[in-house]
Amino acid sequence: MASNFLFFLFAGFAIACAISMVYHKNPLYSAVSLVGVFIALSCIYVTLAAPFIAAVQVLIYAGAIMVLVVFVIMLLNLDEDKPLNRLRYLYAVGGGLGLILLVQTFFVFYAVARAPKHAVNVDETAGKTLTIGQAMYTEYLLPVEIVGVLLLMAIIGGVILVRRLDPAELKLVINHELDLRHEEQEKGDFRVAL
Amino acid sequence: MEPSLASYLALSGILFTIGATGVIFKRNALGMFMCIELMLNAVNLTFVAFSRYYADTTGQLFVFMVMSVAAAEAAVGLGIIIAFFRNRISIDVDDASLLKD
Repeated sequence: MASNFLFFLFAGFAIACAISMVYHKNPLYSAVSLVGVFIALSCIYVTLAAPFIAAVQVLIYAGAIMVLVVFVIMLLNLDEDKPLNRLRYLYAVGGGLGLILLVQTFFVFYAVARAPKHAVNVDETAGKTLTIGQAMYTEYLLPVEIVGVLLLMAIIGGVILVRRLDPAELKLVINHELDLRHEEQEKGDFRVAL
Repeated sequence: MEPSLASYLALSGILFTIGATGVIFKRNALGMFMCIELMLNAVNLTFVAFSRYYADTTGQLFVFMVMSVAAAEAAVGLGIIIAFFRNRISIDVDDASLLKD
């Protein structure tokens, strides 16, 4: 009874936060809503007897990744999204596609009715940090090593991508962009004059 | 009484759909990035739920792998967004039309 109540509480919170994330135009509000989703999911992981994953979820997602995202939002000093005055029918298309995806997902769950109602084999050690660590460094050693190499590649890629351009190159880029904006403005004025 | 596996899967499906719709609706690259993170989390929830109901540690191990990939994606993806902003002074995906123009 209690775990049912907790599940619906956190599931409702997660869905509300997810909808608010998609709804808000300001990226910072979206980021805060996404942190809400991560925390709610972390609580659900605790009720699923996975304390290690719950802790890692808060540390990596709500901590590290969202701090990076918020840093980038602050760094770029973004305005709110401008309201879009063209291709409004695309919203209907997107909503329809989303609905189809949801229906498909539920149909698969309905069709595959072999999912167990209760835990098949209640093994309380499955979510323990010790068990996960043992599996990680014996049976799944190779994937863990590959993930380590992947993270190293991501670090190098991140450094290469955000390296500073030298001043001459930077000036070239900015001048090009200003020229483009000028052209667009002139085009816009021309249309208005017509 | 515990909620059944189907309710966890339903929650995961709803979150995944919200994320996928968000990718279609969002105009700026950061919003799309966050929606992709939401989709990854929905998949993680499925892994943990199956891991619980079949009492198998492997599912939680793969959640760990997915999280590592998400962290790598965050580092590289945000790097790309910053590089894009430096070139176009905007992160609207409609402005990423250099090949078309």
